[in-house]
Formats: sequence, C-alpha cells, structure tokens
Amino acid sequence: MSPRRTDSGGRIDRLRTIRFTFDGAPYTGHAGDTLASALLANGVTLFGRSFKYHRPRGVLTSGVEEPNALVTVLRDEVREPNIAATMVEIYDGLTAVSQNRFPSLAWDVSAANQLGGRLLSAGFYYKTFMGPAIGPLKSTRFWMFCEHFIRRAAGLGRAGTAADTARYERMNAFCDVLVVGSGPAGLMAARAAADQGARVILSELEPRFGGSANWSGETIDGMPGADWAARAAGALEGYDNVRLLPRTTVWGYYDGNVLAALERVTDHKERPGKGEPRHRYWIIRAKSVVLATGSFERPLVFPGNDRPGVMLAHAAERYANEYGVLPGHRIALFTNHDSAYRSALALKKAGAAIVAIVDVRPELSSEMRELADEAEAKTFAGHAVVATEGGKALSGIKVQRFDMANGALAGDARSIQADCLLMSGGWSPTIHLASQAGAKAEWNAARQAFLPPKPTQMWPTQQWIGAGAFTGSFSTAEAIAEGRAAGLSAAGGTGTPAALPVVEAAPGDPDPAPVFEIRADGKSFVDFQHDVTAEDVRLARREGFISVEHLKRYTTLGMATDQGKSSNIPGLAIMAEALGKPIPEVGTTRFRPPFSAVSIGSLAAERFGDLRPERLTPMHDWHVANGATMYSAGLWYRPMIYGLSGETIEQAYVREARATRESAGIVDVSTLGKIAVQGPDAAEFLDRVYTNMFSTLAVGKARYGLMLREDGLAFDDGTTWRLAEQDFLMTTTTANAGKVMQHLEYFLDVIWPELKVHVTSVTDEWAGAAIGGPKARAILAACVTGTAVDNAALPFMGIVHGKISGVPVMICRLSFSGEMAFEVYSGAGYGTHVWEALIEAGKPFGLVTYGLEALGTMRIEKGHVTGAEIDGRTTARDLHLDWMLSKKKPFIGSAMMDREGLIAPGRLELVGLISLDNQPLNGGAHIVEALDEANPHDSIGHITACCYSPALGKYIALALVKDGKARRGTRAHISDPLRNRFGPVEIVSNHFFDPDGSRMHG
Amino acid sequence: MLITCPYCGPRDVIEFTYQGDGNRERPQSASQDLDAWNAYVYDRLNPAGDHNEIWQHSGGCRAHLRVVRNTLTHEISSVAFARGDHKSVARHKTEGKS
Ligand SMILES: [Zn+2]
Repeated sequence: MSPRRTDSGGRIDRLRTIRFTFDGAPYTGHAGDTLASALLANGVTLFGRSFKYHRPRGVLTSGVEEPNALVTVLRDEVREPNIAATMVEIYDGLTAVSQNRFPSLAWDVSAANQLGGRLLSAGFYYKTFMGPAIGPLKSTRFWMFCEHFIRRAAGLGRAGTAADTARYERMNAFCDVLVVGSGPAGLMAARAAADQGARVILSELEPRFGGSANWSGETIDGMPGADWAARAAGALEGYDNVRLLPRTTVWGYYDGNVLAALERVTDHKERPGKGEPRHRYWIIRAKSVVLATGSFERPLVFPGNDRPGVMLAHAAERYANEYGVLPGHRIALFTNHDSAYRSALALKKAGAAIVAIVDVRPELSSEMRELADEAEAKTFAGHAVVATEGGKALSGIKVQRFDMANGALAGDARSIQADCLLMSGGWSPTIHLASQAGAKAEWNAARQAFLPPKPTQMWPTQQWIGAGAFTGSFSTAEAIAEGRAAGLSAAGGTGTPAALPVVEAAPGDPDPAPVFEIRADGKSFVDFQHDVTAEDVRLARREGFISVEHLKRYTTLGMATDQGKSSNIPGLAIMAEALGKPIPEVGTTRFRPPFSAVSIGSLAAERFGDLRPERLTPMHDWHVANGATMYSAGLWYRPMIYGLSGETIEQAYVREARATRESAGIVDVSTLGKIAVQGPDAAEFLDRVYTNMFSTLAVGKARYGLMLREDGLAFDDGTTWRLAEQDFLMTTTTANAGKVMQHLEYFLDVIWPELKVHVTSVTDEWAGAAIGGPKARAILAACVTGTAVDNAALPFMGIVHGKISGVPVMICRLSFSGEMAFEVYSGAGYGTHVWEALIEAGKPFGLVTYGLEALGTMRIEKGHVTGAEIDGRTTARDLHLDWMLSKKKPFIGSAMMDREGLIAPGRLELVGLISLDNQPLNGGAHIVEALDEANPHDSIGHITACCYSPALGKYIALALVKDGKARRGTRAHISDPLRNRFGPVEIVSNHFFDPDGSRMHG
Repeated sequence: MLITCPYCGPRDVIEFTYQGDGNRERPQSASQDLDAWNAYVYDRLNPAGDHNEIWQHSGGCRAHLRVVRNTLTHEISSVAFARGDHKSVARHKTEGKS
C-alpha cells in the first residue's frame, strides 16, 4: 500500500495498477491518477529544482497552473520538456524525468546559488553581464561570452533533438454555442443550450468533466457532486447536437469568435489507437461563447512558501477527494479567507490530522469556527506563517501574531510540526480568454480580484457570456444558476420553468482579507517558476521600473511557461504597495494567446515537411525519365540540367548551351505565366499596363512588353501575342505570374471598371516548348503540318497555327536564347506528345534538351533581364529598357518614373562583367573600384547572375553597378569576403553575344 | 476574422488578400501632378477606428471588395464590391489629413 494513499474514495480505479518510472525509479499508481497524484501517493515530495536558485520544489497545484512540478516525458526517442506533472495522466510504461538539476534531483551543485541571494536578484542578468565599457569583452560581448554558462545553469527542461514521429491533426468546427470549462456552470450551460436545440461544443482541459464538482465534497441534487457531474456529462453524450471535448484546452480567442483549442488525444495512452493523432488542433467558430473557466487559487507570499510540502489548499482537497491521496499526515493551513476551512475538513475526513489553521484575520465567523472544530483543528486567528522548516520536505512551520491592518508581526514565533502546509490567498477568476478577446478586467475590491467586465462593455467582434467562478461567483449554487442562464442566453432561448439543482455546500464568505504578503526574513516567492521574490519586485520599483509592463520584463515575473497564472495578482499587489497606489491604478497586463503551452506539431498538423504544393509541368515525367536533375523554382519543378554520367553541373550546362548554339536545343517553358486578355477594350487595356504600345500590334504577331509598378519602378516583362482583334495571350515571368494577374485584376476591378476586358489565368492550360538554334527551323519544318514555317510565313515575332503529330499547336517565333527560336504551345494534355514528336524530329539535327542552367547561361550571354535584375529597385532606364517607354500615351508608372531620384546620376545600372583571372564569379558578390581584401568597403554594385559562357569562353556575369553604363570598358574588382573571392573584372555592355541580333533574325 | 463576400457569403480572412488603403484616389492617367501621384502611391491613412480598405477575395470569386473595418476591434461594418463605386464611397481622407 502506498504510504499516502487513502483507504477509499477518489475517482481513481483502484483495481487497475499502472507502472511507470520517474528519474529511473519504478513506481505504481492507479488508472485515473496524474503523475503528480501518483508520485504524491508514493510519498515523493521533491519534483524539481527551481529556475534560478535551484531550490528544491514540490507540487504546488493540481492543475494546468502548476509552476513547480515540471517534468520531461520521454516517449521512444522523443523528449518533451516542461510538462506539468499535474497534467500528465499516467499509463503503463510512462517514463518521466525531473528537470534543471545536476547531477541529480536530490544533490544539485547549483543549489549554492541560493546562498548568494543578492547576487541573483531582479535584473541580475542585465546588470552583471553588461560588462566593462571598454576592452575585448565590452558591453554586450561580455553577455554573449557568459550566456552559454548561464543558460546551462538557469533554465527549464532541455528540448530533444530527435524528430517527432507523432501525427497531428487539424480540425475545423462550427457551433452555435461553445462552452469553455465543464464545472457546474459549464455543464449547466451546455445542457441549457443543447435543450434549446443549439449545436453545442463543451470543452474541458482535464480528462474528467465536472471541474470542482469532482472534488469539492458538496452534495448536488442529493448525490455527491462528482456523481452529479458524471450524470450531467453522461446525459450530454446522448445529445446528437452536443460534442464533448475532454482533454481539450481552449488556448486562443480571436476575432469573430474564432477560438483555437488543443485536444490531447493520445498523450494518456501507452500506444495511440489506429489512426489516432497525438494532438488535435481545433479551430472553432462559435456563434456565441460561454466562458465557464473557473478560477485559480492564489498562493500567499511569505518566507519559505516554496518549500516542498507547501501546497494550495484546494489542490490538497482535490488530491484527497479526487485521487485518494493525502499530501501529508499532519497538515497545517494558512489562509486569508473562508474556503480553506472546507479544505481542512475534507482532509480531516480523508484521514489527515489538521494541526493548525492560521488565519490572518483577527475575527473568525462562527461558521468557520464550527468547521475548524469539526476538523479538530486548532485555529490561530490574527496570525501568520513567517517561516517554513525542513529540507527536501516540510517538517514544520513558524507562526507569529500578525496585524493585518499594518502588516506588523508581534510576539514570539511559535513552531508547529507539520509535514504539509496548505495556503490560500483567495481566488482569481480565469479571465485569460476574455482578456485575449479584448475585455478590460475590472478590479473588485470585495473579491480582491480582477473580474471580467459586464457584457455591454465587450467588443462587438467577440461575444461571450460568463458564468460561475469566472465572473467572481465562487459558490456552486451561483455557478449552477449562472451557467444555466448563460447557456439559455447563448442559444437565444428564454426562461425555463424547471427547478435548478439543489446544492448543499459548506458555508463561507467569498471575500478574502486584503493580505497578499507576510514580510519577514527570508525568500518569499511570488513567481515560483521564474524564482521571482517579493524583494525582487520592490528592488525593481526602487530601480525605477514603475510600469507593470516594465516590472514584468525586468523581474521576468509571470513570463515563465505558466504565464503567471498563480503569481500575477500577488505580484501586482506587492507592486501596488511598493508604489503606494491602489491595485487598479497599477493595472494588470493583458493576457495573450496561448492560455497554456501548445505543441508546435499541432499547429503544423498535416502541413509539416515541405508545406507548399508542387506544380509540375505536363512534361515533368518525361524530364525525370530522361535524366533531368529537377530544380524547384517557386512552386514549380523545372529541369536544371540533363546531365550525362560523370558530368559536373557546369560541364552539363556548357554542353547543352554550346549544342544549342551549334545545332539546336529545346527547353520546357510551360511554367511561364499565361493570361488570356480578352474583350473589346483589351488593346486599350494593354496600352495602359505596358510601357509600350499594343493597340498597334497586328493580329498574328507578338511583341515584347514591359510593365512598371505605380511607383515607376520596373515590375515584369514578357511577350504578348495578338491572337485575334480582341484576344491577346500575355506571358509573364514564371515568378510573377500570380502578382501580374492580381495587378491586372485590381486595375480592371477597382480603377478602370469601365473597360470591357476579361482576364483569365491560362498558365496551366498550355504546354510550352521553346526550340532554338541554327537547326530549329529545319526541325519544325520536319514535323509541323498545316502551315509553312519559313521566313515569309513565320517572320520574327510572327505566329502560325498548325499541327504536330496530329495535335493542334500555336507557334510564335521569338527568342530568349538569342538563337533563331520558336515557342510551340499545345494543349497541356498533349504537352508530352508534342514534346516527344519534336525530340524525334530533332534527332537527325542533333537537337539537345536543355535545362534552367543553360537557359540562364544563354540569357546572360544575351544580357536579358529577369527577376534578379528587375528586383523592385531598378527602373527601365537602369536596365537600358528606356527604348520601350512610349511617349505617346500614359501607362501605369509613367507619371512617377521620371522622379528626381529615379533619373539622378549614381544609380545602379545593368552591365556585363568579364572575369579577368579566368575564375568563376559569384552571385551577390560586391564590386569595388579598388581592392582592399582586409577591409572591404565602398561597394559600387553587385553581381545578379553569373555563368561560364561557352560562346565567349570566359566566366561572365550580369551586375548592377553605380553609373554602370559610363564605366563600360573600365576595370573593377569583385570583393566577396564571405566566400574569399577577390579578383579583377572588366565592365562591359550586358549584351555580350551577338549584340545586333543577327542570329535570331536569321 | 470573417469577411462577408457579396458573392460567396461569410468567409475566413485567409481567403482574402489585402489590397491596400481604399481611400487612395488615383489621379487621371495623364495627370502630371506629382503631388497627387505621390499621395496616391505613398500616403496611407492609419486610423484607430473605421478604415476603408480594399480586399480581394483571391481564394474565392476574386472580386475586389471595399471593406470598412475597425482597426481596433476588427469589426467589419460594411462590405461592398469595389468595382465602380470607389468615387461614391465616403472618404475618411479629408478629416484624417487636415
Ligand atoms: Zn467572393
């Protein structure tokens, strides 16, 4: 029998024994236990070491707000750190380890930190490690030097490096009413809304529905509260219009009543069931939301309040009533209000001795005296706990007379033997979701708590209704009444004649005495997880941090993984006292998502790995089957090279480009953006969006066009074909296809709605092959039927329609490679068929397939621009495309393109570079006038694209260089310290090869 | 955030692309008034409150919508097709710039 397991009671299954390990030691527990309850049942008191001082820490709470008992759970190779032991359900084979201790939990070498209390006070990291003002470790360099060691000593769990093999899922859900929290208020709300026929989702972050009813010991409708809750949840299961989500934390409340939730589907199982994800990320759209999220009990701040064995009162009550575990045998309580008396009685009934109830209030009500008598507890009214004793477990407390009017201690301290001290500093409603939704919390002096505002003050896009302890109504009877009213109202229903469930509960005043801290010698912790003491808060105030936001950052109060769920209000109260201001004037910080930690895996869900879709051209499989090395270009995959065995990339593209210029080459250009521009005003529209004229373009001809942005900078280029009077086919660069489409749509829809033009993206409807080289025309002549392809029928920029291997094709004679070249378009479904026919026809002519590298090489040789040069900063003039700027008409960008700065001297202009040392050039390398390898400076530009040019037999590049045009014929240097490449270059025209275009004109 | 597209009904904001301040007024194409062009291209209102915005339903019907959205609360008080109405919608520009 476990030393601290009660003989009976609790919601655990005593017939089922579960085996698990903690720090390598084997333990047993029961089904229904959390790791915290099972370890407590085994007499374990030490759960971890604190963040900064490495102080021994036990378990403080029984729920999601736990700051101390954080563990790492190991599953297969995956380690998940910083999980609250209170939220881990045990299963056979569970392996958990403690954190932040070295070499072991019991003997931790860094615990010496706590001997030097002053050393690690608030802002310690900022102040100590700013370093000297001069010297090699000046200012932040010193921090960087020390950071490694500090991070090792201070901190939480260590993340693993193994890939997470678990599966995660994302789910969208819609409902009329989302009820968050399933205590009595939430259960009533869900039932009331469901009875109105509303589609209801009820979420509960714990495994069991019922909230406080599971442990409060109250009687509801003549049965134990836990049974009532089980029945209520069971009844909801029978509703078709209700979805129950246990183990589901609603962690984010966004605009338009969109809420994010994390369902822990299989964390509590030894092995996930078939098809079950580990976590499920719910995106819930709710017409209305009922927040029944309850409240958190607050610790009291006094010396030694972090010692293992010191616990929140309700947590102990819960361990006894819900898990059948006594956190101690001789239990003392320290409180400023009434609810702790109920906890005392519960623990007494479960078998513990209550050795003392220490209450800061000088007078106790007769009801509380009766409860104390029933618990056979000695009461110390007007007293406070001023110290705790013991090492890794509590052995006793010291109690002294306390005047709550002025905080003064008097008389001798009295020692009381106890192995467990329960503290209760009042309750704070869990207003996090309401705060996320924009609600400004209101301080309630009677409750000593921030309450959510009344519904009329809420923001219009977040409509929620509160119920129960969330609203500051801490009694179960109030929660039941408010819950039902909230559910009805959320579902749009009206009153109901049925009687409310009757609650028999212990009496008590919900209002605590306004005491948060007992000032006495020793460390009094406010934020347990980040080791922030009351003195740290005062020190921060003395150092000038008077805004609550600054205080938070300087002390790191409330910034740990628990986000200050237990520490916020005590911290604020101490701050307010230090400032001499009332709490509401100091103000609370706004809560932001997530409410509690969210697995990154759940956010990625099925979109892990490469999240992007793949776009494949119609000829993709052919490329792969024929030895292409594929390259991802945006969403597209394109052949980079068709390498022969043993070839390097450079050898392959040089071979492909050379063969194209010597005989012929073919490349897949299906990825080019293609937009059908159609309608009576299509030509007028193109005149407005392109810098050059298109209304003068004859049917059956194509023209190269340039677009600017509204600000006058270059945007995109491509050819547009006039297929009929009112029918144009525009091509764009692969990268800008989507942007150009949106640009055109915007102007047609918003700016020029009077134009009768329709634009349609047809990128995926056409397969495109560009075939170029001295033999290209002969190859076409050999396979095209139905049209001639000679110079008369198909002049430069001409378009013909014919067939290849029985398939209709559209051929335009245009050239990117600088060779006599043609683009052959067919329906996408016939792309491979036409491609194969062209390959077959090209065999006698030595036709090669070429990829992006050779394509890029030939375009660099020709000096054509792409996105590397049209980089959003260059103008048409910078790129020597000013010949395309029509003076006969306005066009998009025409008014702005001649602004002073865009025509001023000193702009980066497009040039060619030739490597003079016959070494390769690098993209991105800087260009300088004078080389200074040790101290590179004064860049005059950079390389945008580079290659080995088979046509020139040299390494060449395109570059943007300051006043580049005027520098043609001069020498400069590339300066690339990152890749240690320095060397002389000659600046030349960007038109390296065949500048007068004789090859493509034929 | 939900935007109610007049064609498609209420849809999640991820289906939409923000296309900028709806108060911008494009000068006539032939205008040489550089100040007006500069205001159109660069000046943006940044109100704390209702803002007149253009959104494209890029993941749906692709229509451009004129949306009045409260920048503090994300409340959307009106949605209409941007097509053709851009001169008639009340502007926040004059009172916003002073
Ligand atoms: Zn739409």
